[in-house]
Amino acid sequence: MLNVPAIRWGKPYQSLDQQEVVHFDNGTPIAKISQVNGGMLQLDMKHAARARKVLREIPSSELIARCKQAAELFEKGEVALGDQVQTVDDFIHQQSASTGLPEHMCRANMKKNSFVLSHMDEILAALTRGLDLEIYRRGYGDEGRGVTVSYQVQSPVLGAVLPNNSPGVHTLWLPAVALQIGLLLKPGSQEPWTPYRMVSAFMAAGIPGEAFALYPGGHDVGQTLLSKCSRSMVFGSAQTVEQYAGNPRVQAHGPGFSKILLGDDIVDRWEDYLELMIESIFSNSGRSCINCSGVWASRHTEKIAAALAERLGKIDVLPPQDPNSGLAAFTNPQMATGTWALVQKDLDEAGVKDMTDGMGDRLVEKPRCAYLRPMIVHADSPDRAVASKEYMFPFASIVQCPQKEMLRKIGPTLVCTVLSKDAEFIDALTESSAVDRLNVGPIPTNRLNWLQPHEGNLVDFLFRSRAYQLADF
Amino acid sequence: MSESTVGNIDTAVLTAKEKLDAHTYEMVQWHFHESTGSPFWLSKKSELSFDPLKEVRGFDDLKKFALFEDDWLRGGPVRRWVPKGLADRPTYVFETGGTTGVPKSRVVIDDFRIDYEMFSETLPEEFFPKGANWLMLGPSGPRRLRLAVEHLCQHRGGICFCIDLDPRWVIKLIKKGWMEHLEAYKKHCIDQAITILNAGHEIKCMFTTPKLLESLAYGLAEQETSIQEIGITGIFSGGTEFTPQWTRFCVEELLGGPTEDSGVYMTPTYGNTLMGLACSKPVTAADDYKISYYAPQPRAAVEVVEFDDHTQVVDYGATGRVKLYTMTREFFVPGFLERDEGEREMPFAKFPWDGVSGVRPFHRLASSTTVGVY
Repeated sequence: MLNVPAIRWGKPYQSLDQQEVVHFDNGTPIAKISQVNGGMLQLDMKHAARARKVLREIPSSELIARCKQAAELFEKGEVALGDQVQTVDDFIHQQSASTGLPEHMCRANMKKNSFVLSHMDEILAALTRGLDLEIYRRGYGDEGRGVTVSYQVQSPVLGAVLPNNSPGVHTLWLPAVALQIGLLLKPGSQEPWTPYRMVSAFMAAGIPGEAFALYPGGHDVGQTLLSKCSRSMVFGSAQTVEQYAGNPRVQAHGPGFSKILLGDDIVDRWEDYLELMIESIFSNSGRSCINCSGVWASRHTEKIAAALAERLGKIDVLPPQDPNSGLAAFTNPQMATGTWALVQKDLDEAGVKDMTDGMGDRLVEKPRCAYLRPMIVHADSPDRAVASKEYMFPFASIVQCPQKEMLRKIGPTLVCTVLSKDAEFIDALTESSAVDRLNVGPIPTNRLNWLQPHEGNLVDFLFRSRAYQLADF
Repeated sequence: MSESTVGNIDTAVLTAKEKLDAHTYEMVQWHFHESTGSPFWLSKKSELSFDPLKEVRGFDDLKKFALFEDDWLRGGPVRRWVPKGLADRPTYVFETGGTTGVPKSRVVIDDFRIDYEMFSETLPEEFFPKGANWLMLGPSGPRRLRLAVEHLCQHRGGICFCIDLDPRWVIKLIKKGWMEHLEAYKKHCIDQAITILNAGHEIKCMFTTPKLLESLAYGLAEQETSIQEIGITGIFSGGTEFTPQWTRFCVEELLGGPTEDSGVYMTPTYGNTLMGLACSKPVTAADDYKISYYAPQPRAAVEVVEFDDHTQVVDYGATGRVKLYTMTREFFVPGFLERDEGEREMPFAKFPWDGVSGVRPFHRLASSTTVGVY
């Protein structure tokens, strides 16, 4: 069986504690992942400065070139993984088997991660507003108009407590390497595959191993990482986000509550945007924070909900290898039954209607896993509790709400697609701090332009603009 | 293993069993005789369906008793636990539990001294030198461990330094989720320890728990020193957090490497206020840091029993629940199911009776168990 060690600044560490990863559907063992403790991470932090040092020794242009080479290896090559060599097909199979995602979705996520890495120069140019990357490497420089600028690195490494649910989020930490910042990652227990493959590809592309650490383990590893790294990311629930709110050392990513808002000027032509809504709700099996969990309009909402239910409600469970498979499994069946119980509670409220009712059972329980089939729910008011819910399957509430009340009622929204040409409405959304990413026009919520920042600019998180005065002497 | 070695172990196992049977008989006679037994056991005797004085001839006969219930130890009068035969002796009471509600109390006269003097015999002189001073970095207050470690140190000719540590407060902090306070309290304890270690008292040996040992190592590292550099050579530690991987981590990364390289020796132990102290077989890298504990027979015994039938011992290597027996003149426990599970281990030359390895919280209770710094 595949043995995957922890990686301690490039060096493998085979632990005596191992977690067996099994196929979600048939229980076949896939790999054993070494488990370490938070203490090991804490001790290893003394080498964090070396991670930045070895990366700073590589010119930025060369580092970008190696990132591109790593992207190629990640997406198409064979890389070392533990005591074996991992092909692309191995990776897809392993990731699907442990996360429950259909294999074609694993391939799509792989391409997404590879795309970001292979376009690192463009992405960084956008995030830094075209600043010469050598300024970040050296710490200061002339921005091109005779003014010295300096960006002070806030941490030699970026820590990340990574999630299990969707392999797409790994795009968020990838740019750190090109900015000469090391990576200290706690992989999710069900999705160690992307961080391991990515780190292996980086190293194969000639980026020093001393820049990378991977610590699979329990909660104490995550807690130690977040307390010891000066800059880190964590992916979790709304409670996790709340816990780290206002903490400048931690960037917390949680549910997105992404939405599509139909303006009064467009809503009568809602049918033109049905495909956009379906993609936004259903892509990646509705698992992402960028999936749409709410469609808001002042009228036609029942008709919109019925049309979405008609299209999505019939979608059934297919084997993960099937290219038409659109639903990811809950590898822990209790998560599905727990989610289902919460949904049932939402449906009990007056004014809430399950539009997929009568289209077959939503909860599909299997011996080792469970599925939740797509659900479309109509809410006659934004005050219904379901209007602010997000679940880990294709689930959306279609909410009837006057346009003038939308901004006040939508709450935190990671991605907002506004379908309207009403300049006043668009301006209000532009000014709103409730919305993170704003799409004006027919852009599905799940389609991210990587040249735009996501939940804050990573460069601003990792570097701080400061004074730097030079004088001859 | 040669045939003669096998034969020797078989003989040793047989001898140990005979000794256990004889000791069991003697202790049951003591605890159930009107002139020597404790009020508690003499009162229990009337509830038994058998006469322990006549029908308990050896260790296996202890299965005639119902399981010992630790709740019997909550509340008083505490005197009912003192055997009449020892009624005129100065008596200690040691507590366990008690984060909320009434703690469990055990009376002790000399047991803690005897247990730790026996344990002392197992400590290697090279790393626990006679005359060395000790640090007790563990729970203080109404606990047996506090006095026992001090006695161990004194028995070996040293002087023992102690810190204040209230484990009940630690458990409350964990249950309340006050993790910042927990960290602050842990730091408060470690600061006390580092102050003493830096004060020129020539401390070479210590007792501590795994979590505190880790914290001490990190605290010393912040001062750019280490457990090894500060002069500690022998560590006696205890707790169910002793997994093979943690022990390896500790040896390789906190203590400076294997004993032969670092000069620091650590011995895990397993025990509690009810039973005493079980020693471990030497823990080595060659054996993947496997930790096997052996009770101080015949004063105490450990069995690994079926989860659903505590009268059945599991096969060697199989997993079951830890069952303890204590048979001293001061205290009698004819079978108590611990909150731990593990694998049954074979006897070996040093301890020719069953042991238990891989001790960890009993999986059916694990979620309700709060493991603190202790």
